[in-house]
Amino acid sequence: MVDAAQTYEAGQHPDLPPPRSEVGVLGWVKHNLFSSPLNAALTILAVWFLWMLLPPLIDWMFLDAVWTADSRKECWAKMEEPEGAACWAFIKGRFQLFVYGFYPHDSRWRVNLSFVLLVMAIVPVLYDKMPGRKFGLWYAMAFPFLAGWLLVGGMETITGLLILAAVEALIGAVLVQLVCKMVFGFSPSYSTVYLANLIGNIAYIVVGNLLAYVIGLILAIVESVFGISLAMVVAIIPFISIISGFFLYAAIFGISISHPEFGPMGIRRAWQLALSAWIVATLIGLVMGIFGDLVFDASAYWNYFGLKVIDTDQFGGILLTLVIGVTGISFSLPIGVLLALGRRSSMPVLRILCVLFIEFIRGVPLIALLFIASSMLNFFLPPGTSFDLLLRVLIMVTLFSAAYIAEVVRGGLQAIPRGQIEAADSLGLTYVKAQALIVLPQALKISIPGIVNTFIGLFKDTTLVLIIGMLDPLGIGRASLADAAWSGLSREVYLFVALFFFICCFSMSRYSLYLEKKLHTGH
Amino acid sequence: MTDAVAQDEVRQPAKELTVGEDIAIEMDGVHKWYGEFHVLKDINLTVNTGERIVICGPSGSGKSTLIRCINRLEEHQKGKIVVDGNELTGDLKNIELVRREVGMVFQQFNLFPHLTVLENCSLAPIWVRKMRKVDAEEIAMKYLERVRIPEQALKFPGQLSGGQQQRVAIARSLCMSPRIMLFDEPTSALDPEMIKEVLEVMVELAESGMTMICVTHEMGFATAVANRVIFMDFGEIIEQNEPHEFFNNPQHDRTKLFLSQILH
Repeated sequence: MVDAAQTYEAGQHPDLPPPRSEVGVLGWVKHNLFSSPLNAALTILAVWFLWMLLPPLIDWMFLDAVWTADSRKECWAKMEEPEGAACWAFIKGRFQLFVYGFYPHDSRWRVNLSFVLLVMAIVPVLYDKMPGRKFGLWYAMAFPFLAGWLLVGGMETITGLLILAAVEALIGAVLVQLVCKMVFGFSPSYSTVYLANLIGNIAYIVVGNLLAYVIGLILAIVESVFGISLAMVVAIIPFISIISGFFLYAAIFGISISHPEFGPMGIRRAWQLALSAWIVATLIGLVMGIFGDLVFDASAYWNYFGLKVIDTDQFGGILLTLVIGVTGISFSLPIGVLLALGRRSSMPVLRILCVLFIEFIRGVPLIALLFIASSMLNFFLPPGTSFDLLLRVLIMVTLFSAAYIAEVVRGGLQAIPRGQIEAADSLGLTYVKAQALIVLPQALKISIPGIVNTFIGLFKDTTLVLIIGMLDPLGIGRASLADAAWSGLSREVYLFVALFFFICCFSMSRYSLYLEKKLHTGH
Repeated sequence: MTDAVAQDEVRQPAKELTVGEDIAIEMDGVHKWYGEFHVLKDINLTVNTGERIVICGPSGSGKSTLIRCINRLEEHQKGKIVVDGNELTGDLKNIELVRREVGMVFQQFNLFPHLTVLENCSLAPIWVRKMRKVDAEEIAMKYLERVRIPEQALKFPGQLSGGQQQRVAIARSLCMSPRIMLFDEPTSALDPEMIKEVLEVMVELAESGMTMICVTHEMGFATAVANRVIFMDFGEIIEQNEPHEFFNNPQHDRTKLFLSQILH
């Protein structure tokens, strides 16, 4: 014990421990709850309030609740009084419906697998202490397409074509190496050929399809306007695609000119490689086409892979919310950042376009955009084409979120002092490098609260698809309430849906705090 | 008068400071306006390689604007600026070439707060000169040693003192091996104890033959190291002379007024 009145020489005062009642739990209670008579009274009032509220709530929700029953009558019969406790039996019975919607029973393993893959994709993105994070990020970028293919099935989707490209690149690379060796007399390494082959295939398929579609469109318009039959011309389209493929390959392989592997014969080797790859790919394509109509049309061939096509109208419940939410969040962030940069750009046309887009989206409610997606879009596309309602919704939701993210990120960009850009400029960094390395990391870090806020809002806004007839958990809840055997249990349904949303949104919120703490580098 | 400027604040350079024959910077009839305000009036300036120039003058005289025109952080509306053989016009390619050879140190340091000191220094060599990371880091450590703070390499700028941050800023510019260094009031935001450590680095840099243009109020530094002191007022170059003559024999009235105010 130290005598409070004891004095010390200047510079001799020892470090003493603080008095007991000022620190620790007791100290906290004293300072925060009972620091003045008014506060003490409020504390007691609050405690009484909680005492009145919590025990009955916990009783209703958990202790007295009924977990098994076959109808509402039975449920209420098991309680002391009707509506005296929660009837979770209802939710338990409908649980599969809430989670999967109307997805066919035997294919639900695909949903489960997608969910596992989603978790595997999210972890490297969110946590940077993971070993092998680089591969995780590549996988995360490929994930949306992989999951899309898994959930929807069939090969007509982009993923299907990408898988096709990868498989052909694998087999084709060996054949290309053979051709190079025998015809041109040099042997490039397998990995070089495979990678370039893969890129070439993807470009070939994408441009080939695009070209065929565009030419088909033009021909259809010309036909309807001038009344001429252009059937002959239509037959040429596949050949146009094939020819275009060659130039794509050439472009890809042109990149390999500087590759040390090709040595001083660089350009010639690159063209020879391109030629071999093009011949091999076209032959394989023709061979595959013989067993179906054209490479992109043989549905029977695709079902050989075993993933039957599932109509996206059957998506519902938590599956639907996650599909729309994850897609919206992951695609709207990069688009939003580009919009924000475009809006701050010194090029007037770009700036005006970005402003128009952002202001249009912000001026229209999301529901209106969903209506446009579901009914009006068909008027703008050529007759006969229509694309999937879910895809349209995904595009609308992504664009909607991107506009809001753009404004949040723009705020962050404005907070970066001009000196940072001047320093980057004086070091010789180009605009793109300065933005990517210096400005955006700092701006995004400042914008984290705003961005996560927008994402949380977006996630909850997905429930608006109710309006166009898609059933998210809330929609399924309301549909279930229509069942005569179970009507009247609205409290349980809404509590359950609220719990689902709360878990997701609160997790995002907590992650954002973790991120802010991690990125705090002391400035 | 020069005695009043404590000479012992900055140590005297050890050897003869030679000036080269080639012209590093040439400014010919340069005018600049901010809207209606005429901030630079008919600037004519030639700087040879290896020359050290100190620009002084009251605030608002256009000193910072002048040197910022040299690496195109500001654009001039009239006249010609040629840096290292490249004329500064709207041509982006030229501007990038010039910026690689001209390093700049700012009054507010402008270090990148989200990167460590080492990353700050190695960023430009990696992304502009396309070096490998290991080579860039080696160069960065070399210059950090030269400015005498190699032990701070893995710290963030927010954890360093002002003098240390400014020295990191100098090292960061030097990592690009520029031929010309511009200093925009490098010590104006520092405490007196830290000014000395930064000035020592700048003197050592001058001794190694770097072409330097310094906007500063540190007249001791000017006396020690400068070949020429330039006085600017209201956007014009009023007077330029070698330091001894400049401080002891000012020609212009405005120069005399300015010197009397700072060398009390």
